[in-house]
Amino acid sequence: MAYTEEELKKELETKEYEYGFYTDIESDTFPIGLSEEIVIAISKKKEEPEWMTLWRLEAFRIWKKMEEPEWANVHYDKPDFQAISYYSAPKSADPNKSLDDVDPDLLEMYRKLGISVDEQKKLQNVAVDIVVDSVSVATTFKKTLAEKGIIFMPISEAIQEHPELVKKYMGTVVPKTDNFYAALNSAVFTDGSFCYIPKGVRCPMELSTYFRINQANTGQFERTLLIADEDSYVSYLEGCTAPSRDENQLHAAVVELIALDGAEIKYSTVQNWFPGGKDGKGGVFNFVTKRALCEKNAKVSWTQVETGSAVTWKYPSCILKGDNSIGEFYSIAVTNNYQQADTGTKMIHIGKNTRSTIISKGVSAGKSQNSYRGLVQINSRADNARNFSQCDSLLMGNECGAHTFPYIEVKNKTAQVEHEATTSKIGEDQIFYCNQRGISTEKAIALIVNGFSKEVLNKLPMEFAIEAQKLLEISLEGSVG
Amino acid sequence: MLKIKDLHASVEGKEILRGINLEVKAGEVHAIMGPNGSGKSTLASVIAGKEEFEVTQGSVELYGEDLEEVSPEGRAHKGLFLSFQYPIEIPGVSVTNFIKTAINESRKANGLEDMPAKDMLKMIREKSELLEIDRKFLSRSLNEGFSGGEKKRNEVFQMAMLEPKVAILDETDSGLDIDALRIVANGVNKLKSKDNAVILITHYQRLLEYIVPDFVHVLHNGKIVKSGGKDLALQLEEKGYDWLKQETAV
Repeated sequence: MAYTEEELKKELETKEYEYGFYTDIESDTFPIGLSEEIVIAISKKKEEPEWMTLWRLEAFRIWKKMEEPEWANVHYDKPDFQAISYYSAPKSADPNKSLDDVDPDLLEMYRKLGISVDEQKKLQNVAVDIVVDSVSVATTFKKTLAEKGIIFMPISEAIQEHPELVKKYMGTVVPKTDNFYAALNSAVFTDGSFCYIPKGVRCPMELSTYFRINQANTGQFERTLLIADEDSYVSYLEGCTAPSRDENQLHAAVVELIALDGAEIKYSTVQNWFPGGKDGKGGVFNFVTKRALCEKNAKVSWTQVETGSAVTWKYPSCILKGDNSIGEFYSIAVTNNYQQADTGTKMIHIGKNTRSTIISKGVSAGKSQNSYRGLVQINSRADNARNFSQCDSLLMGNECGAHTFPYIEVKNKTAQVEHEATTSKIGEDQIFYCNQRGISTEKAIALIVNGFSKEVLNKLPMEFAIEAQKLLEISLEGSVG
Repeated sequence: MLKIKDLHASVEGKEILRGINLEVKAGEVHAIMGPNGSGKSTLASVIAGKEEFEVTQGSVELYGEDLEEVSPEGRAHKGLFLSFQYPIEIPGVSVTNFIKTAINESRKANGLEDMPAKDMLKMIREKSELLEIDRKFLSRSLNEGFSGGEKKRNEVFQMAMLEPKVAILDETDSGLDIDALRIVANGVNKLKSKDNAVILITHYQRLLEYIVPDFVHVLHNGKIVKSGGKDLALQLEEKGYDWLKQETAV
């Protein structure tokens, strides 16, 4: 008899989330709960200047008055914000030490994650910053980058060393008042990456941040601030994993990108937070605000491969403020089992001749729900603005859902806005065709999904495209009968 | 090499094949003809192992091994190939990528390493020349936006690449204009050897002018009602299927 769906499922149940290990590292963790005292304590722990403490407190006061948003097409038990610890740091992390001094347990964890912080990355030409729980533990290639005047460091260090830049830009793209999670993040963010590319500089390597939630009952609130000065270029990648746990973990990040006149930023994300078990237990709540500001002739591309998290709420956006600026969003969101994703983008056209492209690919399997939500807004002064949106959904089985919520607001007659959407299903005929050519069902699904996602995968830096392809395969194992 | 014994198969409880007996030896070309709905395509699907068909009686053997417990991909790994009447589309997957995957999956199943890229490219070049396929065609998404003729030519190209032991061509001639038919038939003839066998499923005699069969079988109501040499096909062309229907009714 042929390999049945049941057999496939059984076999796959034994395959676990690959990154679900927990590393036993001694850590310094705050008691659970959130108050002004905790916010001040975080700020103190980070030895922050007073302006930063006040900034956080203001955010905290704003957050207290806000309500958790409910408009997304996701259903979950709201996290108890008083049951989370807002600061956890591996005890042996000391950013001033060199890699040789890093706790061997930590290094072992990186190895398991497939991150080599030294030679290997050198060959791949990638500079890495690694954030475990709440602090940044290792940043590589600081020196090489410094020669070009590029600043790439944990944001906690940037607050000390480059307060003028942080002060000038932080909160300008995602204000404290923006939304519930952004306000929370502004109050309690513990680390993240800071990056500044000087005028006219082309960053010679990929910059990368790796986020990891290790401790139980901790939230991760990282903050990334990336400034590309006039006519500069940078390609940036972030990756995320977390241990498998039965309880939900909260991740509420804020990413702000500033592309000054003529600058170009490519920002790629491979998000693989723990998606929860087969029964829908546990998993990461991924509530993230990402936004870019594009000045004149600037270009920002968001590329994301989202395979993890129990619940995703995320809309990387572009404010096309400058004339001739360009915004792009390429996304693959895969949901399986009980995962829920509500993700998409906002393209706000303010300047003249601004252009945006949205390519969104949603793959749903199991009992998951996958929604695309996007806004294209053409303001009254945005003469000759153009947008092209394409949203494709691929379904596997009969128990999952794919939804599309495109919002289009046009206030200028010269605008050209196009929207295309398709929904397809992996059919038994497609699988049989592949089988007949000697390709197993699992491999056939991988092939079909990779083909479906090709336009987006092609946008990723080469070495990550291969990683992302593998990730797609792993995420969808056991999803079709 | 392929032996079909008293094969009965049904779909959704409806019996379509009602006792087929057929033996195909290496080096032979068999043609299976018959009116619409006689069970020709079902026979092809059952041999290939499509799950929606239930074999209720009888067996299909390849090299003496009963295929009942063998998955469709397992049958492919053993050298069985089916050229589909309606090839499906896989957007975003190029013809080259697809055939590369297929070849390497079969090699893996047979304990071989992946085919070296150099050899693969050489083989692709040879086989595409054989079938007069434009190289640009190979980088297009599999069957997406292909014309009927291109789809069929692509099927035969895959057959050429996979080098099967037993190839079943299901209505490969339908949708082909006369030039394409000649190219495809020419390709099949060149791929024929004393070690492999071809089963042509066709409605019309036209294809058989180009690929000359050793045996012709007529399928009607799920049974082979008449077998003969290549002349049988000519007789059918002349008289249609009605005389056979009557003959079997008697």
